[in-house]
Amino acid sequence: MRIAAYRKAHFNAAHRLHNPNWSDEKNKAVFDVCNNPNYHGHNYELEVKVVGEVDPETGYLIDLKILKDIIKENIEKRFDHKNLNLDTEEFKNLNPTAENVCYVIWQILREKLADKYELTVRLYETPRNYVEYPA
Amino acid sequence: MAIVYLTRRERFNAAHKLKVKGWSAKKNRAVFGKCANKNFHGHNYELFVTVKGPPDPDTGFVMDAKKLSKLIKKEVLNHLDHSNLNKDVKFISKNTQPTTENLVILIWKQLAPHIKKCALHSIKLYETENIFAEYFGE
Repeated sequence: MRIAAYRKAHFNAAHRLHNPNWSDEKNKAVFDVCNNPNYHGHNYELEVKVVGEVDPETGYLIDLKILKDIIKENIEKRFDHKNLNLDTEEFKNLNPTAENVCYVIWQILREKLADKYELTVRLYETPRNYVEYPA
Repeated sequence: MAIVYLTRRERFNAAHKLKVKGWSAKKNRAVFGKCANKNFHGHNYELFVTVKGPPDPDTGFVMDAKKLSKLIKKEVLNHLDHSNLNKDVKFISKNTQPTTENLVILIWKQLAPHIKKCALHSIKLYETENIFAEYFGE
């Protein structure tokens, strides 16, 4: 039986959107308030979806406690109460848009999960703005 | 006359950190934990502004909710949204910790002088879905 399991998590972080190859004027024109030099922040909400076959012996698709720990260890510890631009390796040279943060999280989790699982990551930057990978 | 409480919800996103300048890094860490991280973190704040009064006999309004929204935008959100609460906001002095508790008092002070035909009742501010502070002007 194929089924989907979900785990939600959250982290609070500061960021700004900025392209260092552009002038200040162009950054302001494109990213507007998100370009403010002293950063702003969000309560990010994360939804991790895992799809696969239920193990006939355990009745589990995946032990959700294990998924919880993987997310906590690799995502929350890395990003919670951090400045995404300044405090993380991942966004030193990558604009921390919701799209890029979502894709980075997917890449990190993909490495930690067995190949038998399909993985989808949905990231809410605000209650109304969210992205999902893969599309 | 019946007194009715009218609430307008607004949102803003901001960065902040909690850190007392005169304290050692160790003491700041002990008191504020990860909220003291030097490069800030951030939140989606949710603000509830409540006014009270009798509904006007003609309009049925305690206050025009659209006008209340515009007032909150002008006096509060234009200053706080997409800002750094430690650095960017004129009405938060550099010596004031931008905790949720202090923010509700400062937001009250921003709004109270402009609410005239009814009374400002409370400012409620959610920093996360599990943490909020409320101020009644006391």
